[in-house]
Order: sequence, then structure tokens, then C-alpha cells
Amino acid sequence: MDFLFSLWDTINQDYPVKLIGDLIKIVVIVGPLMFLVAYFTYAERKIIGYMQIRIGPNRVGPRGWLQPIADAVKLMFKEIIIPSGANKTLFIIAPMISITTALAAWAVFPFDDHLVLADVNAGLLYILAIASTGVYGVLIAGWASNSKYALLGAMRTAAQVVSYEIAMGFALVTVIVAAGSLNLGDIVRAQEGGFWHWYWLPLLPMFVIYFIAGVAETNRAPFDVAEGESEIVAGFHVDYSGMAFATFFLAEYANMIMISALAALMFLGGWLSPFQGTMFEAAFAWVPGLVWFFAKACIFAFFYLWLRATFPRYRYDQIMRLGWKVFIPITIVWILVVGAAVVFKLPPWWAA
Amino acid sequence: MNFEKFLFYVFAIILVLSATMVITRRNPVQSALFLVLAFFNSAGLWLLMEAEFLAIILVLVYVGAVMVLFLFVVLMLDINIAEMRAGFIRHLPVGLLVAAVMVVQMVLVVGSGSFGLEQFPAPIPQPADYSNTAELGSLLYTTYMYPFEIAAAILLVAIIAAIGLTLRRRPDSKYQNPSRQVSVRRADRVRIVKMAAEKKMGSK
Amino acid sequence: MNTLVNYIRSLFLLELWQGLSVTGRYLFKRKITVQYPEEKTPISPRFRGLHALRRYPNGEERCIACKLCEAVCPALAITIETEPRADGSRRTTRYDIDLFKCIYCGFCEESCPVDSIVETRFFEYHFEDRADSVMTKDKLLAIGDKYEQQLAEDRAAQAPYR
Repeated sequence: MDFLFSLWDTINQDYPVKLIGDLIKIVVIVGPLMFLVAYFTYAERKIIGYMQIRIGPNRVGPRGWLQPIADAVKLMFKEIIIPSGANKTLFIIAPMISITTALAAWAVFPFDDHLVLADVNAGLLYILAIASTGVYGVLIAGWASNSKYALLGAMRTAAQVVSYEIAMGFALVTVIVAAGSLNLGDIVRAQEGGFWHWYWLPLLPMFVIYFIAGVAETNRAPFDVAEGESEIVAGFHVDYSGMAFATFFLAEYANMIMISALAALMFLGGWLSPFQGTMFEAAFAWVPGLVWFFAKACIFAFFYLWLRATFPRYRYDQIMRLGWKVFIPITIVWILVVGAAVVFKLPPWWAA
Repeated sequence: MNFEKFLFYVFAIILVLSATMVITRRNPVQSALFLVLAFFNSAGLWLLMEAEFLAIILVLVYVGAVMVLFLFVVLMLDINIAEMRAGFIRHLPVGLLVAAVMVVQMVLVVGSGSFGLEQFPAPIPQPADYSNTAELGSLLYTTYMYPFEIAAAILLVAIIAAIGLTLRRRPDSKYQNPSRQVSVRRADRVRIVKMAAEKKMGSK
Repeated sequence: MNTLVNYIRSLFLLELWQGLSVTGRYLFKRKITVQYPEEKTPISPRFRGLHALRRYPNGEERCIACKLCEAVCPALAITIETEPRADGSRRTTRYDIDLFKCIYCGFCEESCPVDSIVETRFFEYHFEDRADSVMTKDKLLAIGDKYEQQLAEDRAAQAPYR
């Protein structure tokens, strides 16, 4: 009992203000994020619909604007069916793991200069580590469902995510080398100096590889063999229904937004204005950095949908070939190139 | 009792419990998952010791990659547990002997003299801009250059050996070469012939 | 040389950009969605919707209980029982079509020598009870009476091609 009291006292002495402040910050980040996820699904259905010369959802609310709300309400009131042969505990835990990892990564994201929940030195590593644990949700779901399709989906995801994590990690290593820091804020600040100084240009091949590997990491089309509805029904979440399924869904979309936002930070200069160093700089100085950041992340989010509307699903051996025989060699070579460029202070980007 | 100490006990207790579960669970998948939990908690302990780089790398490498591959194999196992436990009593003496030897060895190497707060003082709190990662990097590439490079070389040899051992040429398997498939053009396969439309029979 | 060109093509993702440009162009095309309950696409006179049994203009039912439709039905959806009527003509006492079995192939319509069993243009129907899926003779005749004008026009329009 004493122990509990003393603990309570310490929390009361040192932490109350900070703790409550942190909690409020977390709510401020997660709330809009969930809102974004909901409307990202709407955007997906609309944009893919438009690309297929349809108009997408347009019945619920004006022009279908309330569709995500309706979907959410529907999923909430559906029954969660647990298959009789399933491992009940793990079956319930799996979607929780997915959503936890998807949300935890946002703790170190700088949305604007110093607008960050936890300014960690090894921020990028933290994101990589958290993102890499996200696969457990899928793995456990696949195994706990006690179904062939789910297990096959889980196996595919495990192999695919582990493979592409390497390419993605290497692509980010070039960013780290170029910026000389693991802190996301410092990486953005290192890109200071306008559109042509953002890392998308000096690290162009890595930029492309990072994004493609990110698509593969989040199991999105054309790398969505984990779901592969034409061959394994819905993959790891065949047996999930109602809110349990919705949780996977939320996690997947939160991860997509995360990869998009990370791409904006790493390669498009995060919150920096694109007009820096041009004559328009003063004219656009009133735009807050958060808006630029959001706009840049939206570009990548749009690309996610564009890719899905355009490409057919990769065959499994092609995915593995692309990951191991194309991306990893290219990234390794490019790490050396960037390393040499930084060491020898190659102009125009590393001359300083 | 401060907050760090409380966190330490939380992590330590969960770590010990999950480590126990790893060796007592009958289901290999559950064992593997408890091992993951153990890794997470030891990462938490390392964070308390201000070794954030090592803690994150532990999660990234062991949880994110090694254990996923582990699970990959374990998920496909369909082990008959009764069969596995059949020889338990018969092998017990040998097992105990090996365990005893290991305990003695460990006590000899890391005796009670190596533990205690004197041997492990609390890490000195560093300023916020102090980078654990940079320090570790400069140590690895200066003082420990040779051990580091030798370890890398050994790992490379191990990778090549593992690939060499498992690489089999299967002449009977119908292998597709994706790069050749991808590089095929329509012109390689299809010849489009232009010809005039034929007249219908009987019409003039 | 050719392999080099291929390498460059795949390295710069040329084909992927081609594909993306196609979908990108379609993003701005005029949409062709038909807003179903408000707008409807035109229906062909050959449309095969809900079934109906027709009558002659004098009110006599056309069906002569030849059971050709029952025989030809690939889904075994039609059940017919017959008995001579009081005036001695051959008539059905039962003519059931199970709409859950029916695949709307139109063979019954093709086989009918007297154009009795037909398929209407009407396709927006529903039932709230499983038992309602069986269309009885009365129901079929009622539908036939309701759509007779349309049915007669459609048959007339199709007559030259039969």
C-alpha cells in the first residue's frame, strides 16, 4: 500500500502537468488522424471510382460525404464472430496489435517546426522499429483464425514485409547519411533551401524505392498478396467481422498515411515551404508549415490510390524478385554513392 | 521509490514471467510470442539505462525481423505434443546434468562479485542533444574497428555458407524467369496481318 | 543493345508511367454512371425478367399444359400438374415456378407453342418470405393480365426475328 501511495505521490509531484499535457497532445494527434483515415477511405472510393469513369459513393449525405460515418456505424453494430476453432485470446489481440503499432509511430512525427509529441534523437529508427512490429498483428491474426486462407495470407505478409523492410531501411539510411541525423526534425531542417534542395532530387532513386517499398510494407495494391481476394479470399482477415475487421482496416489506412507522411518528411522537406529561396517566398510566408506538410503527404496518399487503380496484383515470385534482386542491390550501391558524395562534399547539394 | 524504479519493476517482472512462459508453454507459437514480449520488455529496460539506440535496434532486428522469420517456420509446424513429451523422464537425468553444468559455469563466470549496484551505477543523465547513436558509431568505427569488421566478415561467410548449403538446382522444376517475361514485347509474340475484307459468297 | 534498352526501360519505370497516365487521364473523363433508381437504362423487348402467363384476347388462358417448358427448364424450376377441365379441354391445375431455382434463361418462353409462358420486362421485385419465391398459376396469370399490353407489343416487335 505504501508503495502505491509513494508512487502516486511521485506522479503527483513531477508528472501531473506533463502527463495531462501529453495525454491532450495524444488526443490532438489521434483524433484528427482517425478522422483522416475515415475520409481517406472515402477519397479512395471516390478517386478510384473516377479513374474507372464511375462516380463512387454519392448516396449518404451530400455527394456521399457521410459515407465513412455510415460505414463506421455499420461496422460497430455488426457482430464479432469468433470461429470455433480459433485461438480466442490471440484472435482478439491481433487487431489490437495492428492498431497500436500503427498509432504508436505517430509519437515522433514533427508536424511543424518543434510541433512534435516526443522529440526523440533516434526518431527515424523508432518509426522503423514500430512499423516492423506491425506485421505481428497480421501474423497472429492469420494463425489464430485457424483457417488455411488466413494462414497463407499471414505467411505471405511475413515474407514480404521482412524482405521490403530491408530495402526501405536502406533507402532511409541514405537519407540519414545525407542529413547526418536520426531525428526527423533535423532531417527536415537539413533540407532547408527550397524545392531543389529537398532530398527527392539528390536521392531520387531512393525516393522511388522508398515509396514502392512502403506500398509493399503496408500490403497495398499492387503488392496486396496478403489479402489477394482472387486466390485466398481476404487473406489474414477472412474470419474477422465487425469492429475487429474495422480495426485492421483502420490500422492499414493509418499505416498508409504514416508512410505518406514519412515520405513527405524524408524527401519533400516536411513542413518547409516549396517557395523557399524564390521570389514567392514572402508571398507565401503566411501559410503555416502544417499545411505544406499535409499537402505533401496528400500527394503520396493520392499515389497510393493511383497505383491501386492502375496496376494488377504482382505474382508472389515477382514480388520477391523485385525486393531481393532489384531493390536491395540498388539501395546498397546508392548508399555507397551517397556516402562518397557526403564525404567528398560533392556539389551542388553537399558542398557546404 | 521513484517512477523509474517503478517502471523497472514493471518491465522486469513482465520480462521474467514471459521468459518463463517461453519455456513452459506447450504450443510453440505461444512460446515464440512470449519471446517477443520478453524482447520488448528487455528493450524497455535498456531504455531505462539510457541505451535508446540499442533498445530500438533490439526491437527492430529481433522483434521485427528475426522473430518474424522464426514465427514463419513455427506457424507451419504441426507438432504432436504427446509424442514430443514421450521421452521426458528418460532424458531428464541428462538434461539436469547439462543444466547443472551450465549453472556452475555461469556462476563461475559471472559470480556474485559481478553484480550489485557498485558494479552497475546508474548511467549519468546526458543532455537532450546527446546522441547515443553517434557515440556508439564512433566507438564501433574507431576503437572496435577490427572486431566489428571481423564480425561482419564472419556473418558474410555464414550467409554465403547457408545459401550454398540450401541452394539446389532442380532441373525438373518449371522455373519462370520474371525478367524475361517482363521484357517480352507484343511484337515478339504477335504478328498483325493487314488484309482486305473478304467478299460474301454469292454477292456481287 | 536490346537488353540494355530493356534495362533502362524497366529502371525508369517507363511502362508503369504509361499505365499511370492512362488512369490519370480517365480521372478527368466524363462519368457514365447511371443513377439507378432515378435514372434507368433502356430495356430491350427481349429482356428476360419476371415470368407471366398470358391469356387470349377473349380471356381464355393460353396454356394448354403441354409441359414443354417443364421439360426444357434446365434448372427444374417449373412444376406442372394437369387435369381436363369441365369443357374437356386440357388445362393446368398447378403451374409453379420457383424463382430461387430459375436462372432466367428464357427457354420456357422459347419452347412455348402458344406464347403462354413469357418473361416480362419487370425485374424489380422482392419477397419477404421464402415461400413467396414460388410463383403460382394465379400469380403468374395476374402478372400476365397486368402487363398484357406491353407483352403483346414486345412479341409483335420480335415476331420478324422468330
